[in-house]
Amino acid sequence: MQLTVWTYEGPPHVGAMRVATAMKGLHYVLHAPQGDTYADLLFTMIERRDHRPPVTYTTFQARDLGKDTAELFKTAARDAYERFRPQAMIVGASCTAELIQDDPAGLAETMGLDCPVIPLELPSYSRKENWGASETFYQLVRGLADKQRRPPPAVGEAGPRRPRANILGPTALGFRHRDDVVEITRLLSQLGIDVHVVAPMAAAPADLVRLGEADFNICLYPEIAAQACGWLERTFRQKTVKTVPIGLNATREFVSEVCQVAGVMMPGAVDQGRMGWWSRSVDSTYLTGKRVFIFGDATHAVAAARVAAEELGFKVVGLGCYNREFAREIRAAAEKYGVDPLITDDYLEVEDAIAAAAPELVLGTQMERHIAKRLRLPCAVISAPVHVQDFPARYSPQMGFEGANVLFDTWVHPLVMGLEEHLLTMFREDFEFSDAAGPSHLGHAAPAHVPAAADAPPLSVPPATPEPGGWTEEALAELGKIPFFVRGKARRNTERYAAEHGVATITRETLYEAKAHYAR
Amino acid sequence: MSGAGPKACAAPPVGADGILRERGQREVFCGLTGIIWLHRKIQDAFFLVVGSRTCAHLLQSAAGVMVFAEPRFGTAIIEEKDLAGLADANEELDRVVTRLLARRPDIRMLFLVGSCPSEVIKLDLSRAAQRLNQRFSPNCHVLNYSGSGIETTFTQGEDACLAALVPELPFTDARQLMLVGSLPDVVEDQFLRLFGDLGIEKVVTLPARRAGNMPGVGPNTRYLLAQPFLAETGTALDKRGAIHLPALFPFGAEGTTAWLHAGAQAFGVREDRFEMVTAPPRERARKALAAHRAKLAGKRIFFLPDSQLEVPLARFLAGELGMSLVEVGTPYLHKGHLIDELAALPPGTLISEGQDVERQLDRVQAQRPDLTVCGLGLANPLEKTGLSTKWAIELVFSPIHGFEQAGDLAELFARPLNRRDLLRV
Repeated sequence: MQLTVWTYEGPPHVGAMRVATAMKGLHYVLHAPQGDTYADLLFTMIERRDHRPPVTYTTFQARDLGKDTAELFKTAARDAYERFRPQAMIVGASCTAELIQDDPAGLAETMGLDCPVIPLELPSYSRKENWGASETFYQLVRGLADKQRRPPPAVGEAGPRRPRANILGPTALGFRHRDDVVEITRLLSQLGIDVHVVAPMAAAPADLVRLGEADFNICLYPEIAAQACGWLERTFRQKTVKTVPIGLNATREFVSEVCQVAGVMMPGAVDQGRMGWWSRSVDSTYLTGKRVFIFGDATHAVAAARVAAEELGFKVVGLGCYNREFAREIRAAAEKYGVDPLITDDYLEVEDAIAAAAPELVLGTQMERHIAKRLRLPCAVISAPVHVQDFPARYSPQMGFEGANVLFDTWVHPLVMGLEEHLLTMFREDFEFSDAAGPSHLGHAAPAHVPAAADAPPLSVPPATPEPGGWTEEALAELGKIPFFVRGKARRNTERYAAEHGVATITRETLYEAKAHYAR
Repeated sequence: MSGAGPKACAAPPVGADGILRERGQREVFCGLTGIIWLHRKIQDAFFLVVGSRTCAHLLQSAAGVMVFAEPRFGTAIIEEKDLAGLADANEELDRVVTRLLARRPDIRMLFLVGSCPSEVIKLDLSRAAQRLNQRFSPNCHVLNYSGSGIETTFTQGEDACLAALVPELPFTDARQLMLVGSLPDVVEDQFLRLFGDLGIEKVVTLPARRAGNMPGVGPNTRYLLAQPFLAETGTALDKRGAIHLPALFPFGAEGTTAWLHAGAQAFGVREDRFEMVTAPPRERARKALAAHRAKLAGKRIFFLPDSQLEVPLARFLAGELGMSLVEVGTPYLHKGHLIDELAALPPGTLISEGQDVERQLDRVQAQRPDLTVCGLGLANPLEKTGLSTKWAIELVFSPIHGFEQAGDLAELFARPLNRRDLLRV
């Protein structure tokens, strides 16, 4: 048993729902007890969808368990087919139904429904949401794609045709999937490439049938589409574009990989947005070396680390993901930035790691937003799981060149602005513009007033006191004069310096000795 | 919002008692959801769900809120290896509880909350609670109840929780009035003040705000149910010799008056004193309601089943605000506790128990009510079809009982209609 307060991922059948809800003309019959319908509200509330997810739940209760729950499933499946007339159905069980072993797959097979029925085996007690989405999409692609389909000849009667790509991976409830697809479609169009099928988002089962007609596939979200892309590659010999275009450099590499796979010339001039110049401009100097902690799904976390390090000049002080399936990618990236990879789905462990790293900015999920708020750190969201405020009304992709612009704005905005940072450092005791009030452009709303903030370090850094005695009062007071966004680091550095140099009691002098020692 | 199937036109099968009973997909929460408010009500209690990842996911999604502080609830997620052998599952549970209580030494009462998977694998949480009690008593009292979807619907989780508390309450001979059901603190304080002003010396609440302050119970206890969903709790109190005071539930000026009156009568409060104490707040309530009556009178309302508050709220909306009831859906109809409420509904009101959500939504679309009270999964899809909705869950998360909240309760129903008139989008 695992003790959990908050979870990063739901159960695997919620992953299946993310695929089904993204699609059109597909219906999911889920053998599940009463109450599992809560999952509908993820889509209708968090994502503000104006249609119910295409899911029929059997909602069995205790009184049904003694009787025939299998019959209940068959009735639900038959009624759902009659009512919705889907092009295809998926059937499966949630965690409780898995235990009663009614075998929805076998039951559905005997019913002779007049549409393809794809059974899902999603082991609820060992797998999670992303895996469930990936498996569902893979089974749908495998079950529906017509193996006879091939792309039309490169040169037809009307002359040479444009190359065509499938964009694979976007789902319902994905972090900015809606806008990423628009941005990448636009970018491909600039490169002279047509989009054949986007799936699962907005695709019907009939669209999956014709996947083989594309020249190649773009694996936009590996967590969801990598498995399906592998199968398509083996079955149709379609190549897979694997670069995930998050950030300026990754997008450039994406363009180059796409052009190579599609066999088209690299275009001379593609509008690369403002991000590069914004970052080179002198106002951004103050971003240099900002310590950033990154946590999310592996793909978004690895991409964010690269953007942070290469494109904003931040220092990556922590990197991790909650999906173990992609731990290898995180380990490789962590090694590159010289940090320990954090691979866990335990929210409390992530909180401890953030507190210990004392970053100046947290890039994470909805969960890290909460952690950062508690630790009074600035934060921007880069990955699912996300909440209603992360589905903005405006166009706000993460991918492509416009996505890079968005990253610049959303990551820089929570930080204290350049000159304000200096003023806060110079005049620590100003009654009105103290750092306890937070960055002034955020309307003093961000961190609540914390009494005695100057005396108490805001971070619950384990008091790694070198010796009994620890900090003298005057040293603590001096520490309090350091702005909050670097105070954690100063404290940690000083204590490390004291420990390494055998300093028994940390005085004001020790603080400045350490500062000189670790001068960057 | 859904394709009209062949069944869409079938006439609803109304029973001999005039109640429509349906079986089909139920779009309702399970009883675990009650933890969202219960963990705040009892301030030194912790709710540990023994369940699956789905249960944990529900708890953090259901209310649409995430709590910044570490909440006083959590889930012991059953994993594959726990399914292999129940002996190991018990050991695992003990390990998790030990770790939890070491981390939270301030916890005085721990509820092990059963879920669908724990029920199906027959993990005996009452024995686990006994076993753990021996280890952690007297620092922490371990209890158990089931909030599983196969046994409980939404607010029935609170009923199961309170019913689990009742056998543990100390015996008392004292003549006392017990208010049963977790109420927002502000409302509870108002009721305690009112009963105090009526001259009833001892008034206690179940649950109390702290584990150590749970009230005693005995043959001289008279109890008023503050919520309509406390069937099991009522039965458990009856077994302890307490006596139920049937009344309307305290929604609106009339309901609150009747509810207070039932308590006052049982304790021999004189009518003139009752009038003196209750007339001023009752007048305030009526005044506050009048402000919303113009908006709501004559409007047609449809309740989908959710919290079991539906029947008393429908009575309030029809009786005090002049709304017209299209259908009053409720997950369960406890006729014993609702006997006064049912009598106070306009004659011929269509009440439905249970749910077949697709057919019920067909009826909503056929009737096109002015306001539909429904769960969060259905609200936006209904709004998209041009219907105004009221999230049912807000009724469980807001102070709506009593005189001082009567206007707020009406406003919750008026707000979607007001907003609709306001917007030009």
